Amino acid sequence: MRDRGIIIAGLIFFIGLITIPVWYNAAAGTLAKGPDLKLPVEEKNCVAPVEYMRTFHMDLLVNWRDQVVRQNIRTFKAFDGKTYTMGLSQTCMKCHTSKADFCDRCHDYAGVKPYCWDCHIDPKLVPLTSTSPLGERKG
Amino acid sequence: MSINRRTFLGAAGLSALAIAGKSSLVVLAQGGQREGATGIQSVTRWAMVIDPRKCQKDQGCTDCIAACDKAHNVPHFTDRAHEVKWIWKEPFGNAFPNQESLYTAEAFKSTPILVFCNHCDKPPCVRVCPTKATWKREDGVVMMDWHRCIGCKYCIVACPYGSRSFNFFDPRPRIKELNPDFPTRTIGVVEKCNFCEERLAKGEQPACVVGCPEKALVFGNLEDPKSEVRQLLRTRFAIRRKPELGTNPEIYYLV
Repeated sequence: MRDRGIIIAGLIFFIGLITIPVWYNAAAGTLAKGPDLKLPVEEKNCVAPVEYMRTFHMDLLVNWRDQVVRQNIRTFKAFDGKTYTMGLSQTCMKCHTSKADFCDRCHDYAGVKPYCWDCHIDPKLVPLTSTSPLGERKG
Repeated sequence: MSINRRTFLGAAGLSALAIAGKSSLVVLAQGGQREGATGIQSVTRWAMVIDPRKCQKDQGCTDCIAACDKAHNVPHFTDRAHEVKWIWKEPFGNAFPNQESLYTAEAFKSTPILVFCNHCDKPPCVRVCPTKATWKREDGVVMMDWHRCIGCKYCIVACPYGSRSFNFFDPRPRIKELNPDFPTRTIGVVEKCNFCEERLAKGEQPACVVGCPEKALVFGNLEDPKSEVRQLLRTRFAIRRKPELGTNPEIYYLV
């Protein structure tokens, strides 16, 4: 090739330019971090193992919903033998007390908007009265 | 063996009749028993007996309504076209339109009739729901599943008693006091009295029954011959709303 030097130099420059998002962020330490959850302090175990809950808590909640509403089955036997009452506000939010610090962290990161809290009450909202500015839920 | 077509058709018809005839005899033989929603005789059949005369004592008392609204986060809309109510009071003539006379208005002037979902044996609302968001449970409660309701309002059209309300607006700002133990509903679903099925699951009486200071509302199991509701129905005459429609309502009003 006649202009071998220029071509190779140009290629290297171009590759460097196009991979800026990778090496610049790595160098500056701003690579995307995962969601930062605040876990409950007292309880160490959820109703199912952590990995299962991470992947399947949506299915678990849908099953709970069908069992409670449509079959009137209200108790759930967890993997460690403990029994819980199936209910988002009653059971899940008793330990994961802050929707903003726990639930919303992953949901916002993943860009999903589950509609559970349109009906099921976030316990932090309870002191509301009809005169308070409602509409936006915290978090 | 040779058989001609006519004989064959005759034999086939007779066998079909024999098979069909047997199963229809079986169904007819069950006619005397009371059927639950699934056709199986149920051990629990919830019903309510109301004594309107006891309701007269405290004029203007709305304790049962307040108890229900608080327990279930029922919103309060001032415009009657948008109101949401699970239990409310009606004048006698409105609750029992065929049983009015010239003198009932005067007799019941200060006695409101408490009305709510009758949890009928043959609910028309269940029949018309396109998504089975409302269904009849085996113990007699006509249930609502607000996850599944699409807000078509067919059940409101079907209910002859006007027990159902639609959420035309977001109910949350209109709830006086939020009860964290029971979910609210969203805009766009139909709601009605659910016989406090979440309290029944815990063995408690419905909120209105507990909230009434005069014990005008009595709730119990009709299948239990010793229950208070059966005692009352045995000793007193009771009427129901629009019985001629065939819905078999299970709310009895003592007269």
